[in-house]
Amino acid sequence: MLILECPYCGVMADETDLHGGGEAHLKRFGPGSSDDDFETYLFHRKNPKGVHFERWRHVSGCGKWFHAARNTMTLEVYGTYSAQTTEPPKAIVNAVKKKHPEWEGWT
Amino acid sequence: MRRYSAFAIAREAARYHQGWERAWASPKPKKKYDVVIVGAGGHGLATAFYLGKNFGITNVAIIEKGWLGGGNTGRNTTIIRSNYLQDPSAAIYEKARSLYETMSQDLNYNVMFSPRGVMMLAQTEHEVRGYERTAHANALQGVKTEFISPQRVKELVPIMNINGPRYPVLGALWQARAGTARHDAVAWGYARACSDMGMDIIQKCEVTGVRQSGGKVTGIDTTQGQIDCDKLAMVVAGNAGHLAEMAGFRLPMESVALQALVSEPIKPCIDVVVMANTVHGYMSQSDKGELVIGGGTDGFNNYTQRGSFHHIEETVRALVETFPIISRLKMLRQWGGIVDVTGDRSPIIGKTPLGNCFINCGWGTGGFKSIPGSGWAMAETVAKGEPGSLAAEFGLNRFTEGRFIDESVAAGVAH
Ligand SMILES: Cc1cc2nc3c(=O)[nH]c(=O)nc-3n(C[C@H](O)[C@H](O)[C@H](O)COP(=O)(O)OP(=O)(O)OC[C@H]3O[C@@H](n4cnc5c(N)ncnc54)[C@H](O)[C@@H]3O)c2cc1C
Ligand SMILES: [Zn+2]
Repeated sequence: MLILECPYCGVMADETDLHGGGEAHLKRFGPGSSDDDFETYLFHRKNPKGVHFERWRHVSGCGKWFHAARNTMTLEVYGTYSAQTTEPPKAIVNAVKKKHPEWEGWT
Repeated sequence: MRRYSAFAIAREAARYHQGWERAWASPKPKKKYDVVIVGAGGHGLATAFYLGKNFGITNVAIIEKGWLGGGNTGRNTTIIRSNYLQDPSAAIYEKARSLYETMSQDLNYNVMFSPRGVMMLAQTEHEVRGYERTAHANALQGVKTEFISPQRVKELVPIMNINGPRYPVLGALWQARAGTARHDAVAWGYARACSDMGMDIIQKCEVTGVRQSGGKVTGIDTTQGQIDCDKLAMVVAGNAGHLAEMAGFRLPMESVALQALVSEPIKPCIDVVVMANTVHGYMSQSDKGELVIGGGTDGFNNYTQRGSFHHIEETVRALVETFPIISRLKMLRQWGGIVDVTGDRSPIIGKTPLGNCFINCGWGTGGFKSIPGSGWAMAETVAKGEPGSLAAEFGLNRFTEGRFIDESVAAGVAH
């Protein structure tokens, strides 16, 4: 079972206490943007085979949204972090790099 | 190719089965093909088959990183039905269902198609309304279905508890000509027919790069070297996003694990397929006597072909509630497949940003039933360079245009 530490309340939460929210750090486009940008924002996903940054909600706990860095091939978790950011923090990026020196980094 | 027949069995029985030939060849890749298909699952193989059969294109290679049929095609619970709500879906799934009826004859390979009937239970008022609407839509589409009463449900499936405390059975959408088929046989039958037409099925060969110049694909890099092609067809289900990334574009799709399990074999107790969407339980009985059970999808991206245990628990709980007699059964095996779920839960067949590269994916949790129809439509798309009437609505452009094919029934569950 997937276990993630909620960065707000510190609880090690089971998958059944959490709700996945999909790819994190999407660049949002609204009214007035081009069709392509709007489509990309709404539907296109990186869906990587490997390191993935994603949104999670601690539904059966504090109820807050947070972010997690996880590997979709090995299911390892590199860390969780606050949702109040538009890109993964340095510490998380370093944690991934340490395990996978060949990883190209977050883009 | 030596045909299979009752006579062949008798002949081989008389000579200790020494004369059976290999069902398909295992060639080394050539330098170049007219069409290269990536993915030897049902959809890739059916595409190849109809390229040859309907369009006479046989200089074709099917490239498979594992073994043919080892992806979702060999991992699914084999439900075949065509009782969809939207016209484009009903058209392609009904085409597929009708092709399944004659597939064993067409391929000279017994795919064990069993039109035993599929029943989708309505266990809330909302579902009753939804399925009545689908039955009316099906009548207009020429797909024979009917909404049946709880009593009729009980007659068809005596082991079902229709008066459960949580969700009593209020009726069901019944498609008598739906059913199941043997999943491996579908892949093997197509592979044998494709090999017989002179196509190369290349297994244990992973595509690692897509070569291109001037907005067109020129070939692929694989673990068995470079292979050039005039046209490329990507038919790799859960790995579609990964392959598209190699080719430099993104898809409106994510990959998640979907599970299934089978029980120990028991005597025949259920001779139709039952789907209970509200409680998430799907069950049929295989010829070996095992109960074949479809589970749910995980709520996060995953490429591991395993699923979370708590989903099995949910599935089994729902089934014990629906079929109390199975409560003492042991479960024998459990496995997962990586399914390709699109933004509107409907499949993608059509062109890509690269001129001579075509894609077929997004069948998600329910694309075994569509294999022959999808192959038919994909072959036409690849051969002509433009989608025909079956595929037209399923192009990638529907996401730009907001023209979704909203099949609410294509939930994140095995069916
Ligand atoms: C547990 C489960 C239950 C299901 N139940 C049902 C059901 O009851 N009814 C139904 O209709 N559908 C069901 N489905 C869905 C159905 O199985 C799929 O939609 C269908 O089999 C997809 O076929 P495919 O040929 O597109 O993909 P696959 O069979 O997965 O074939 C794709 C192939 O591409 C290969 N590949 C991937 N990447 C590469 C690469 N880079 N290079 C070379 N080869 C590559 C893979 O190895 C694989 O063999 C279920 C799925 C699962 C997982
Ligand atoms: Zn919390």
